[in-house]
Amino acid sequence: MFYREAGDFSTTYPQDSQTFPIKFDRYRYYFVLAFAFLVIPFIINDYWANAILLPFLIYTIAAIGLNILTGYCGQVSLGTGGFMAVGAYACYKLMTAFPEVNIFIHVILAGGVTALVGVLFGLPSLRIKGFYLAVATLAAQFFLVWLFNRVPWFYNYSASGQINAPERTVFGVLVTGPSAPAWATYLFCLVFVTICAILARNLTRGTIGRSWMAIRDMDIAAEIIGVNPLSAKLSAFAISSFFVGISGALFFAIYLGAVEVGEVFNIQKSFLVLFMIIIGGLGSIFGSFAGAAFLVVLPVFLKVVGVDLLGWPTDIVAHFQFIIIGALIIMFLILEPHGLAQLWRLTKEKLRLWPFPH
Amino acid sequence: MKVKLTTLAVSALMAAGPAMADLVYPLLSYRTGAYAANGIPFADGYTDYFTLLNERDGGIGGVPTRVLECETGYNTEKGVECYESTKGEGSLVYQPLSTGITYQLIPKATADDIPVHSMGYGRTSAANGKVFSHVFNYPATYWDGASIAINHILDLNGGDISGKKIALVFHNSAYGKEPIRTLEELSKKHGYELTTLAVDHPGQEQKSQWLQIRRERPDYVLMWGWGVMNQVAIQEAANIRFPMENFIGIWWSGSENDVLPAGDGADGYKALALANPGGDYPIYDDLQKYVYDAGKGAGAGDQMKTVLYNRGLYAALLAAEATKKAQELAGTADITPAQMRDGMEALVITEETMAGLGLPDFGPAFEVTCEKHGGSGLGKVQQWDASAKTWSVITDWIKSDDSVIQPLIMEDSAAFAAENNIAERCN
Repeated sequence: MFYREAGDFSTTYPQDSQTFPIKFDRYRYYFVLAFAFLVIPFIINDYWANAILLPFLIYTIAAIGLNILTGYCGQVSLGTGGFMAVGAYACYKLMTAFPEVNIFIHVILAGGVTALVGVLFGLPSLRIKGFYLAVATLAAQFFLVWLFNRVPWFYNYSASGQINAPERTVFGVLVTGPSAPAWATYLFCLVFVTICAILARNLTRGTIGRSWMAIRDMDIAAEIIGVNPLSAKLSAFAISSFFVGISGALFFAIYLGAVEVGEVFNIQKSFLVLFMIIIGGLGSIFGSFAGAAFLVVLPVFLKVVGVDLLGWPTDIVAHFQFIIIGALIIMFLILEPHGLAQLWRLTKEKLRLWPFPH
Repeated sequence: MKVKLTTLAVSALMAAGPAMADLVYPLLSYRTGAYAANGIPFADGYTDYFTLLNERDGGIGGVPTRVLECETGYNTEKGVECYESTKGEGSLVYQPLSTGITYQLIPKATADDIPVHSMGYGRTSAANGKVFSHVFNYPATYWDGASIAINHILDLNGGDISGKKIALVFHNSAYGKEPIRTLEELSKKHGYELTTLAVDHPGQEQKSQWLQIRRERPDYVLMWGWGVMNQVAIQEAANIRFPMENFIGIWWSGSENDVLPAGDGADGYKALALANPGGDYPIYDDLQKYVYDAGKGAGAGDQMKTVLYNRGLYAALLAAEATKKAQELAGTADITPAQMRDGMEALVITEETMAGLGLPDFGPAFEVTCEKHGGSGLGKVQQWDASAKTWSVITDWIKSDDSVIQPLIMEDSAAFAAENNIAERCN
């Protein structure tokens, strides 16, 4: 009844091709943005920031990045953890080498460095495909973690091999370090998520996104109609790694503050982000948000229910987490292989017809 | 959906909200994952000691204690989540039993004015109280451990180990890397040759490291391992028939769980001890009476009298003693985390205190001061007897080499202070 195109007239081409063609959707989108920017910063506390919202936002960026590569361009990657580590270490080196430069620029530069590394490890994708490419990116994962563990220059020769984020400010407000207020760290990440999501959305529906999808759907056909696989694949690797690098930099500088590469950026991180985009929906920006929310919020939610509400022993709850999340993943894959994003799409279809479905 | 989750989570937090006027001890434990074998006994011991205090004495100074357990799985991110979710409940002191999580908590807890007690782990240079106001690592640090192990080897060789080859097998993390600097400094002093062999998390794959040991034949092997890595290393050492009495683990690589899987092969394996092993202490009578028999024991109740269970008891005991001290200093029984910190800084443990608490001749006597948060720096060496399945202590307290460690602590803590603009205290 409310959720339909009827009555909403487009008079210009940009209006016709906007992301949210339905008025209701558009207002919902503005509302979510306004809520995230104008309301949450005033009610957020340390727990909500550090336990739920920061990981959610940062994983979302990583998921968007991987979604570009895997969901849009069809190149399976298991190197996400390694690329996040590149972002984190690049950010650390930049922060300590140029303390006077704003952290905002460092994070973007860290993304740039990761993009370069990503292109380098993307080169094999020109010759190998599918599972074999997954194995090649797996090599990137292990090599990068090994590198950051092995070469002391990357962690400024500290005795423990850890990197620690020094305190940095934006507009005079601390955003890194233990004294940074929750709202500042949250807003800093939110700005990056918003920019990344808008950027990714517009990239994926333009020429470059169409060439990625052509490669994904059938690379030989794509080549015949004039898509250059070299530029399509390498640009996917570059842009994907750029996003993943930003998320790694934020993960280190804003969220954790101290990082040990072998523990934080190991192979499990790669799998986690891959699960996020599979559950959320391959080839969907909304899916990246949904998948990240699902895998960040659900364990915390189960823990709160199990330990605090029901008073169960912590180890039983931890085991239940594995069982429930594992079962849900399998259930989703069977019932809705296209992920949460597809569920959302179906809901919208139904809403459009409601209340007269015939 | 999200709003619903939010309300649910908020109401859940409210429902579990604090009943004020009790002493809260958060326990960041790990009963799952690759480190569970070592995490469980410690968590059980820690919990049981506070249960004992509640049941026998009605708490500390008349105020009941409450242990707030949170599962970390030895994972840093979960550790952060646990810290954030428990710190609002009046948590007095954090003992994360993980060097990685300790590194996370050092700046956070300092900013929140909550003390951290990383007992025999964490960041060694935190022993310098002038820089690290809220971090304590008494009774001994990793660098003490490294030095104690070398001193033991010196004793075995009549004080001369120049030209000997010593290998360090370490967990490739901040934890395992801690002793390297000290061992390098000591090798300059004593003239031994040091080889370092990293084992990646979780440590199940160590074939290549032990192949290298077999090839290079070091005279001694030191180990900084934790969790499943310990068991695998001891098994591998047995497989290559490395003489077990020349294989020395840190105090985190010396529990029953680590040696039992290797069976007879582990016979003669040595490990450092922060405190004496075994269960012949009067405190166990009280535990039996008030905790186990009352059915209030933590976990499965099968860990008592093991090394790590004892260490859990010891950690809880030190926290409880610091609480008493804090109550005395503050003049109130219901103390805040800041007052707890003051209590920890004024903690004095003597032989008599330990005997009075039912653990005579257990841990070292030491004193904490504003400058010195590292405790006594004493340790013993214990050896495994596979046929009797017991650890026996084979040395007296060994003192670490302060002349080497102290400058290292000063250097590292000064670097931390410079990095974070910390002014020195205690002047």
